[in-house]
Formats: sequence, C-alpha cells, structure tokens
Amino acid sequence: MATPDLTPRLDPAPAAPGQAVRLLGEWTAAQFGRPNVLRQLLRTLPRGRGHQPWDLRDAALLDHVGAQLLWDHWGHRWPQQLELLPAQRAVLERVAEFTATRPRRKRASLWNLYLAFGALLLRAFDHMKGFVQLIGQLTIDLRELVRAPHQAPWRDFSGHLYRIGATALPITALVGGLIGVVLAYLTAQQLRQFGADAYIVDILGIALVRELGPMLGAILIAGRSGSAITAQIGVMRVTDELDAMRVMGISHTYRLVMPRAMALSIAMPLISAWTTVAGLIGGMIAADLSLGISPLFFVKALPDAVRVSNLVLGLSKSVVFGILIALVGCHFGLRVQPNTQSLGQGTTASVVTAITVVILVDALFAILFSNVGI
Amino acid sequence: MEPAAPPRPDSPDPIVEIRKLWSVFQMPERRLVIHKDLDLTVQRGEVLSIVGGSGSGKTVLLRQILGLERPWRGQVRIMGQPVSQLSSRGASSRIGMLFQHGALFSAFTVLENVAFPLRELKTLPRRLIVEAAMVKLQMVGLKPADADKMPSELSGGMIKRAALARALIMDPPLLLLDEPTAGLDPDSSDGFVNLLRSLHRDLALTVIMVTHDLDTLFELSTRIAVLADQRVIVNARPREVVAFRHPFVENFFLGERGQRAMELLREYPFAI
Repeated sequence: MATPDLTPRLDPAPAAPGQAVRLLGEWTAAQFGRPNVLRQLLRTLPRGRGHQPWDLRDAALLDHVGAQLLWDHWGHRWPQQLELLPAQRAVLERVAEFTATRPRRKRASLWNLYLAFGALLLRAFDHMKGFVQLIGQLTIDLRELVRAPHQAPWRDFSGHLYRIGATALPITALVGGLIGVVLAYLTAQQLRQFGADAYIVDILGIALVRELGPMLGAILIAGRSGSAITAQIGVMRVTDELDAMRVMGISHTYRLVMPRAMALSIAMPLISAWTTVAGLIGGMIAADLSLGISPLFFVKALPDAVRVSNLVLGLSKSVVFGILIALVGCHFGLRVQPNTQSLGQGTTASVVTAITVVILVDALFAILFSNVGI
Repeated sequence: MEPAAPPRPDSPDPIVEIRKLWSVFQMPERRLVIHKDLDLTVQRGEVLSIVGGSGSGKTVLLRQILGLERPWRGQVRIMGQPVSQLSSRGASSRIGMLFQHGALFSAFTVLENVAFPLRELKTLPRRLIVEAAMVKLQMVGLKPADADKMPSELSGGMIKRAALARALIMDPPLLLLDEPTAGLDPDSSDGFVNLLRSLHRDLALTVIMVTHDLDTLFELSTRIAVLADQRVIVNARPREVVAFRHPFVENFFLGERGQRAMELLREYPFAI
C-alpha cells in the first residue's frame, strides 16, 4: 500500500501572487513536529495578506495548531475568498474566537527589585523566628518526655539511631581514613625538612580528634541524613500526613522532631569518634610508609600528644552538631509547601544551611575554647 | 448521529481493539490475575465507560491502552497498530489522558503545562505555541488570566480543566479519562460533564472513561462496558447494560444509588 504524502504543503508552492492557494497534506502539530517541515512551509506561504483566494478543502487534516498557523498568517482576519469544509470552519472559528493577547507580565523595575529584597529579608527573619519556635517547642516537649518517659516514641528513636548512625558507618570510615592518609602525607613532607618527624603524631592527633573528625562526620551526616529528614517530613506535608497527625492531637515536634534530634545527638558523637579513629588509622599507615614511624610508637605517643580535654571538646561539639542538623532538617521539612518544587528547594536549602551552620558553630567553638587542651 | 468532525484519516480499524488480554501481577507468594482473555473493541466516536468493582482492573485496563503496562499475554491495538510497536514520538497526537488527580507538572504554570507537548516538538515558534495553548485553555473554560497561575493555586475543577487542555493540545482522536468527576463538587462536576459532552461533539473525540459516578456515566456514555469475573461481561448501550442479568450489574445499577441515577435515563434520553 502506497502511503499518501502527509506533509503539510501548498499548491502551487511558493504561491504566486493573485493565484488561488490550495492546502494539501496534514496540517497538524504532529506533522509540524517533523524536522524542517515547518520551516519549509513558512517559506512557501504567500507574502501579501488576504489577497489570494484560499482553498482548504483538499487538506487531509487541519487541527487547532494548523488553524492557528493560518490564522496568524492571515493577520487575525478572515481572507476575502476562502473555500473550506464545515468542520474546518468550526476549528478556525474556535481559534478566531479564542486567540487573545495574553496579559503582559510585569517587568522587573527598580522598585520591584527593592520589594523583592524586602521580601527576602522578611523571609529570612521568618526562618529565624520559626527556628527559635522549634527550639522552644522542643524544650516544652522535653518536659513532657521527663514527666512520662515510658510514653515517649522510643521505637522511632531506635529506628532513627539505626538509619542515621549505623548505616553511616562505612562511608564515614572511608572518608575519615582517606583524609587521614592525605593529611599524613602532606605534613610528612614538611616535617622531614625540619627533622621533626615524631611531631606527626601531635599534628594528626590534635587535628583529627579536635577538628577534622567531628567536622567530617557532621558534614557527611548533614548531607546524608539532614536531606533525608527534610524529604521525609516534606513528603508527609505533600500527602497531608502532617495535618492528619495534628488532627489526632499529636504534636509534630514531639513525634517527629524530638526522636530525630535525640537520635542525632547520640549518633553524632559516636560517628565522630568512629571517623576520628578511621582517620588516625589512615594517618598511622601513611606515617609508617612515608616517615618510618611504627604504629606501635604512634599509639604510645598519642596519649601524650593529645590531652583528654581535646577528645571531650570534640565529642561535645558533635552533640551540638547533631542536634543542629536534626533541627535544621526538621525546620525545612515542616516548611515545605505541598508541591514538588518546594520539596526540592527545601531539601537543597536544608543541606546547605545545615553544613553552613555546622561550620559556623565550629568556628565559634574554636574561638571560645582556644585555650583549652592545647 | 455522527457528529460533524474535522476529517480524520479514515481507517476501517476500530480505534481500540483488545484481544485475549491477560494482565497478571507477580506477587512474591502468588500470582494475581486481573484480566483473563479480556476482549474489548471501541469504535470511533463512542463514549465508552468502563465500570466494575474496585480491584477489577479498570485503571489497569486504561494503562494497558496507554502502553504504560505491558500485557502478560494478548494484544492491544490502537488504530490498527499494536501499542507495543508505537513510538513515543507523536504519542500526544494519538492519545490524550486525563489522570485522576490531573498530574499537572507542579513546577510549571498552567500555560507551560498546556504548551508542554508542543514545546517538546522543538520545531514550533514560541508565539504559535503560546497562542495554541491559550486557545485550548479557553476551550476548556479557563480564563486567559489563569494562564500564569501555578497548579497549586487552582481549585480541583480548574486542575481537571487544565489537565484536559494539556491532554487535548495536539488534538488526539482518542481521549482517556480516569474518574473525570471524582473529587469535584456537584456543580463543577456538572460543568465538567457538559464540557466533555461539547468537546466530544465538536472535536469528534472517541472517549474511554473509568467512572464510579452514575450521573456522569448515564449523562455521557454511549456504551458501557462492565468488568467483572476478570473480563468484560457486557459491552452495550446503557439501556441494554441495565437490563443485563448479572449480580454485579444488578447491585451496581439497581441498588438505591443506582435507582436515583436511573432517573437521569428518563431525563436525558439522548444519551442512550
């Protein structure tokens, strides 16, 4: 069976002035979608408006997009001479009736920019207020927890502890170990120049126990679990689960925020200790390979090089990091609007904010406790 | 009466033809057979409603027609061609689908949603796309001012209308509807039914819909197909279906709820 040529086209093409223009083929969006068809067609459309007689009757199909093309070409006017089928007239009449100029969108003026900036500031304030409210509500809920500890959501708590803590062990160990190796190799190069090889234990010990272990752990967990917390709570907003919970008289902070904050405040110091140990092992191997410092010496020298207060400082920082990551994640999750766009934005904002907050608070700790343990 | 229509490529094949269809869901411990040797033929210009109890596979059948699910056995043909062999290119000029909850892209405005299939062709000029989308928007009864709204700002009825405009943007001859009036208040439900009726008439659409709403069913359908016992037990005009002897049919149409809707049969005799 020979397939008829369905390409939308004119006869004659290009149309001669004054001569009748006949439409052939399928004037449909599907045909216009084929490569080059539309460009070819637009080139053959006659220039002068409305002077030619038009004959649409031989067109195999004319859909609304095809009719729109013609209507636009006719300059939103009916041509003087037009031959067409009743069905084609119906399509064209609908297009003619509904072709409307769209209301112009407002252009960005200086005043609008000023207003947008103001809205941005107000939104930032709103975030701050929401965050403080969340902390306050959590404190109130903690009172509830102390009063009736047997009624607390312990199952949730243990679930989060497993998901946030236990499942993060491989990745944190890998990253911590590799950072330890990199750090040891870099410092070994410098120390060898001064013949101060033995001090690698001090440098690695202080850096990892006090700063890098807690920081690396916190940043990894912020990216891994902070985003998950926001997404979980955000999806609950999208599916009305949060409202359902409120209708049952169950507080979001008590049931959703508190178990996560508690789980993270316990998991975070453990993970940071784990990351630190992985980093030290990595550094130990690298020190052995590059400076010939035996692991035995490394382990023996470590307690003298790093005072216990460093460890205490590192671990207590981690508790704060953990609580902050959970609160930031929950805060952004609870503010998600019920649409996919907002969910994506909320998750991104949550991770970025959590990491920024962790680094800011770490700097604060560094300044406040600058004379402790060194 | 055959409605006045823009000429379609006249193929003698029925628009949808389902032969010996088996739909099977593999569960871990057992196999769930939804359809067993199901046959269904839809002719051009019909408004076919599919009814059946919950779990009888109405929506699965729509998804089979759309090619979203692969038949376990048997064949689904659209305009003479097996669904599995149709290319994804030009899909929206073959079938329009109105999902139960609209399925508008929430990141786009209404206009961008409606224009999306045209824009994805990558060949049409921007102005033409916008104008064509505006025409479709107004055809489904939305105002030009609604074009720049986000889907989250729309009411349930407006979401359905915008989704319908998107489904029809490339003038497909076949329109599938999943519960078109579910979740609408009676007023907007009536408005939507009237809109569907006029579009069916003006655009010479073939409509296949799944609905539980007896009012919609009797007001729109030219045929009703009843799914029960894993197959189509009857596919006929509404009056004949109501008279069909089967426990499900009797329960569905002749229950208290059905009796009320049957009043419509007398009010809207043209639907039969």
